[in-house]
Amino acid sequence: MMIELLIGVALLGALVTFVAPNRIAGKLAFAISLVPAALSVYMFTAFDGSGNALLADGGVIAFESSTEWIRLGEYTISWFVGLDGISLPLVVLTTVLITLAIVSSWTPIDDRESQFYGLLLFIEANLIGVFTALDFFLWFIFWEAVLIPMYLLIGIWGGPRRKYAAIKFFVYTNVASLVMFGAFVTLVFSLDVTTFALPAITTAMLETGPQAEIFGLGGTSLASAVFLAMFLGFAVKVPIVPFHTWLPDAHVEAPTPASVLLAGVLLKMGTYALLRFNFTMFPEEVISAFAVPIAAIAAISVIYGALLALAQTDLKRVVAYSSVSSMGYVILGLVAFTQFGVGGATFQMVSHGLVSGLMFMAVGVIYNATHTRMLTDMSGLADKMPLAVGVLIAGSFAYMGLPLMSGFAAEYFIFFGSFGSEFLEYAPLITAVAMFGIVIVAGYLLFALQRAVFGPYLLETDYEIGRAPLHDIAPMFVLLAIIIALGVAPELIFDMITDAVDPILENGGEW
Amino acid sequence: MLPIEFAGWAGLAPVYVLVATALVLFAVDSIDPRKTNRTLLAGTATAGSLVALAVAVWFLLAGVGTPQVDGGFGVIELHEGQLVVDQLALFFMVVIATVTSLVSVASYDYMEGHTYQAEYYSLTLLAATGMATMAASNSLVTIFIALELTSLPSYALVAILKDNRGSIEAGLKYFLIGALSSAIFVYGISLVYGATGFLQLEAIANNLESGYGPLLGLGILMLLGGFAFKTASVPVHFWAPEAYEGAPAPIAAFLSSASKAAGFVIAFRVFTTAFPLETTTAVIGIDWSVLFTVLAIATMTIGNFAAATQENVKRMLAYSSVGHAGYALIGLAGLGAGVNDVVMGAALMHLFVYGFMNTGAFLFVGLAEYWGVGRTFEDYNGLSAKAPVACAAMTVFMFSLAGIPPFGGFFSKYFLFTASIDAGMFAVAAALVINSALSLYYYSRLIKALWIEEPIGERDALSQPLGLYAAIVFAAVMTVVVLPGFGPVADVAVDAAAAIVA
Repeated sequence: MMIELLIGVALLGALVTFVAPNRIAGKLAFAISLVPAALSVYMFTAFDGSGNALLADGGVIAFESSTEWIRLGEYTISWFVGLDGISLPLVVLTTVLITLAIVSSWTPIDDRESQFYGLLLFIEANLIGVFTALDFFLWFIFWEAVLIPMYLLIGIWGGPRRKYAAIKFFVYTNVASLVMFGAFVTLVFSLDVTTFALPAITTAMLETGPQAEIFGLGGTSLASAVFLAMFLGFAVKVPIVPFHTWLPDAHVEAPTPASVLLAGVLLKMGTYALLRFNFTMFPEEVISAFAVPIAAIAAISVIYGALLALAQTDLKRVVAYSSVSSMGYVILGLVAFTQFGVGGATFQMVSHGLVSGLMFMAVGVIYNATHTRMLTDMSGLADKMPLAVGVLIAGSFAYMGLPLMSGFAAEYFIFFGSFGSEFLEYAPLITAVAMFGIVIVAGYLLFALQRAVFGPYLLETDYEIGRAPLHDIAPMFVLLAIIIALGVAPELIFDMITDAVDPILENGGEW
Repeated sequence: MLPIEFAGWAGLAPVYVLVATALVLFAVDSIDPRKTNRTLLAGTATAGSLVALAVAVWFLLAGVGTPQVDGGFGVIELHEGQLVVDQLALFFMVVIATVTSLVSVASYDYMEGHTYQAEYYSLTLLAATGMATMAASNSLVTIFIALELTSLPSYALVAILKDNRGSIEAGLKYFLIGALSSAIFVYGISLVYGATGFLQLEAIANNLESGYGPLLGLGILMLLGGFAFKTASVPVHFWAPEAYEGAPAPIAAFLSSASKAAGFVIAFRVFTTAFPLETTTAVIGIDWSVLFTVLAIATMTIGNFAAATQENVKRMLAYSSVGHAGYALIGLAGLGAGVNDVVMGAALMHLFVYGFMNTGAFLFVGLAEYWGVGRTFEDYNGLSAKAPVACAAMTVFMFSLAGIPPFGGFFSKYFLFTASIDAGMFAVAAALVINSALSLYYYSRLIKALWIEEPIGERDALSQPLGLYAAIVFAAVMTVVVLPGFGPVADVAVDAAAAIVA
């Protein structure tokens, strides 16, 4: 019942906040969001699961709960939720980031507050649903339901080009969902199952594979076609080059808290789904046929995203493009298909969620004070806003992978896992290319920092730029603390991740 | 203890409640014709339709009309099979009574200041009586009588805003096209009677083989024309935008949801009971399910493309309701593929969900008319800043109509999709997906107007009329709640469909 409680509190809180008066909405939403955050932290400490939730590996799904929901013809749809070592860290990431995002909204959001915070809590409920659902239909409902509040958050509270950015975000991700949905339903109809429960589908897929022919395709060729279609569907969400163009628009126009969630959690939906579906359900022979192209695209995403970031003059765009680059690492780790590769990719999902959330918050705080994000306008901010700038610098170092911060652990795991991968051909070469991305990341971040925060103070404003209020700074320090904690002791979550990842690698699937 | 255990005619209790309410409304008005007590009238109409709804739901869940072979009470046949009460009839009575009660509640505010209040509510209840009777009709005669009982009050209701030229014009157009299609329908009945010698549906089916093929074929085609009119399907769909645009918004909601559902129930019943696919094909030489396949694709495509080009919100909704008639037609198009109960069950589910989301959407337009904000998409710009709750409800309706999770419309459309795949109708399935994708364009355009666009001018605070708000919020809640509750809905719909297609 824990998961139902988590989702229920967030949903009910969303409704209450939506109709609450504007002036108390922010505090109210913060108070409500503490409940799921506390619950999920409790679940983290009380976690008793083992193995992978989708695989019949003798493991235990934590906080499992399931009820039959709809039966039509021969197929059954259930309410089926549960957690394993992959999904639990992402749930905690979601609840914590939402709480911090709510606090960081107190300053910038001054219009229609109750609706804003209501939507934030609504998005939280659906994000938790995405990471806990173990029935395909249930999962898809949550997956799609995330889009609507994000579309409105960008569209209503966004920047000057918010209408264009919101529509672009909505259309790109919706079309991708349609492709993925069609592909997966086709696969289920070809399998020997009468349920949409993901563990049952995974078992059927790995043990027998597609039994029926659809559109003249069967067996491996059908599985490959579905794999490709689903990969493309998720690739838009991640996003991977060349499907990334919606991301900078959405990020730049979105209000800061929405950017935090977009980069922090929504992008993880894509990589989480890739891990859960493409890399867990399909047998090795299907994955290996696509391994080299996917790894190549991942490396291109890393380099191209970093180069794009280097070329930006808008600080928010710099951070946005660097997400494309970081997500490339995740894909590389997944496709390496080793313990450190897949585990590191999952670790990077959490780490990047924290770090990018921190970066967007820092950019937001600076923007609140200066009303500009252009690197060309800023200079010498360090004197005026020491705390905010300090956090920005710390976040940048985490991004670059400075040891003792979570970014270092994540990238180290991924490179370690992918360099020696026997699964992936040309692994050393591709990894070496991707590693070069670190250099570019360091380059653009240091370059941006040097221009924006050091040097003489040049910005001309008709008001005095003062220190940011405590409630703007505090969330960033919370994030920084978690980043450092995970950097010093990655085993806090890495152990449970590898516990859930190992069965995937052992379960090759022989038809 | 169920009333039907005493007497079979008690199975029609929801219909009796509706007609009694209509008569009570007349009586109330005749006591003091010069005074109009809005609260009393709207309250009576709402209470009556809610009682009818409660009785219908009770009967449905208690298993009234389930076939005896499954251990049920047996299908109730009245007057030698002229009327039947089975699960299908009860299912549609639920839909009709729901829409009627929503419309009655909403009309309390909408009709404020208009004359002919008592007549308005009693005509609405009389039309609802006709629709509920249509659901139970099992003979071409009773179908025709019920159809006219629905149509005549509807013409008057569309034209009831007597000072409004649009309303009068809409009423006239609706009446002319309605009269013509009634004539065609009754001519079709006479041809079928001439070919088979019977009007009761089972009797027609038993005597099909002795019939003269071409005569029968022509008769069936003309009956089809009558159904197409009532359900606003291609090729007799063009009256819908005209009538809905001019009609009072609650009446547009009523016609586009309840009246359409009633049209579908007789189409389902006549074509499955009286003209079983195999026998009919052998006699007339044409497979009518092919005809419905063509109509389904044409209706959804024309409806959606026309809706995408509208500037007036009410007309957009009118064309979208044409498109949804096309989705429901899949229920008939998919017959004969071996998965009949699932295909038709999916269509029933869609009509059920549609009853909430479409009624709610039209009632929101009614609310906008009540506020006097205007009719086009631009006029709706930025309404959410003043009325967030109503706009949130409208957003639910729009996304649900488009078939986006997590709302009721997603499941019913998904089941229609899988049902058409199961039935091997890939063209229909493809048309369904393409049209749904297209429909997202114009539905989301309205959402964009409500939430994202800036209002054209300064707007005063908007009032919150209790009746309209209650109806809209209730419809929105149901559109969402139907999602976790979809299990029972799916079971009932498939069982109801199985009873007539088995």
